[in-house]
Amino acid sequence: MKEDASCSSDKSCCGQASAKVSPKPCCPPPHWQLKSILTPAGLVPRARTDLQFADRLGTLKARLGISRIRYSVRPGLYAVGNPTKDSPVLVSANHKMSFDHLRSSMNGTDAWIMVLDTKGINVWCAAGKGTFGTDEIVNRISTTNLDKVVAHRALILPQLGAPGVAAHKVKARSGFRVVYGPVRAQDLPAFLDAGMKAAPEMRRIKFTFRDRLVLVPMELVIGPKYLAVLLAALFFLGGMGREGYSLHNATIAGSAAVALTVLGFLAGAAVAPMLLPWLPGRAFSIKGAVVGLVPAIAYAAYRIPGPEGTARVLEIVPWFLILPALAAFFAMNFTGASTYTSLSGVKKEMRFALPAEIAAALLGIGLWIAGRFV
Amino acid sequence: MPQLRYMESVATLVLDREKCVGCGMCAEVCPHAVFVVEDRKAKIVDRDACMECGACAGNCPVDAISVRSGVGCATGIIIGALRGTDPTCDCSGDSSCCG
Repeated sequence: MKEDASCSSDKSCCGQASAKVSPKPCCPPPHWQLKSILTPAGLVPRARTDLQFADRLGTLKARLGISRIRYSVRPGLYAVGNPTKDSPVLVSANHKMSFDHLRSSMNGTDAWIMVLDTKGINVWCAAGKGTFGTDEIVNRISTTNLDKVVAHRALILPQLGAPGVAAHKVKARSGFRVVYGPVRAQDLPAFLDAGMKAAPEMRRIKFTFRDRLVLVPMELVIGPKYLAVLLAALFFLGGMGREGYSLHNATIAGSAAVALTVLGFLAGAAVAPMLLPWLPGRAFSIKGAVVGLVPAIAYAAYRIPGPEGTARVLEIVPWFLILPALAAFFAMNFTGASTYTSLSGVKKEMRFALPAEIAAALLGIGLWIAGRFV
Repeated sequence: MPQLRYMESVATLVLDREKCVGCGMCAEVCPHAVFVVEDRKAKIVDRDACMECGACAGNCPVDAISVRSGVGCATGIIIGALRGTDPTCDCSGDSSCCG
């Protein structure tokens, strides 16, 4: 692949997958890259094993959905420490967070890191799509001339890359045998010390509170896109009344509707994911609906003391339909971020949950609109 | 913390014990301990823990395992249904679903 020798500091040349091992001089090396070492296959850049402010800032931005897709590393061969021809070869996706996790776990260890072109996507998602896969591994071994760099013929893959890789086919096509390493990069030193043996716990994936917490910001960033229209509609519809349209009413009733809707959204997109194991039911939608009831109950408790009337009922009851429906919908979407839900299970859940959510929301909104005129 | 479990009796995971050669790859790659190897054959011990990732099926050298794997996310299923395709997260372009 021909690279433009006259490229400026414009990043487009830096983002391209290079057919060669050594980076072209026109692209400034990333901050985490150290001096290269010379191998029989050419120059191989060394990577730092400590994470710096720029890395942590990048991770934070990615978790918030800023520049997430293009948060990538140039594919190819790298070194950490001072590897020799007998040092292990670890395989990574070219998603920067995957790469950072890996290299920061290798402090004090000498190894090669072969970064695959997974289009900037992390190991698990890329494995599901096949980009962290047999073909790319075989290709990358060839383009990096890995067989000239190491004397052994073993590759250590992250276990979560397994859905995209057929170990026996990699061996047949490249001569390199695949060893599946631990799920978490931080277990690598222990894994290597034990002679590439994994303790059972290293092969299990969990979904701890912290795991769930770091995924919530993304849900909060994506959610509002669905909500914006609904919120605008509720605000303006709030102005309707028996006496015709009134902006004053819109501000009061509409604002209350918007505030409750936001609470319903947060119930499903943030609270339900955080409290997942403690909420009732297996389905995420049910867990979400339960949390969604809380703002409805609170609102009722706030509004009930006071003058009676149908108007009151039609201002309270709709929220017992709308908020659980909203929260259920957003909690259900969290299945995509979870580490234990199956496609078949999500399909089963959606078959009952989605119609129920839509029906409840429509009925609730209908009642709320009716309430404007009574 | 109570254990996280999802829907029961829905997994499309199938193991053909006749074909199985007991290599243990399925037990090694599964992140949910669905398989064990006993008497030189694999065995499913926790079918309901299966997340249908497909790692076992892809790494079985004798194709003794089949599973219908795919994008297990509600948004992906909705997108797929609206487009008339398989569930897809549409990670191309600027979709922030994956990454």
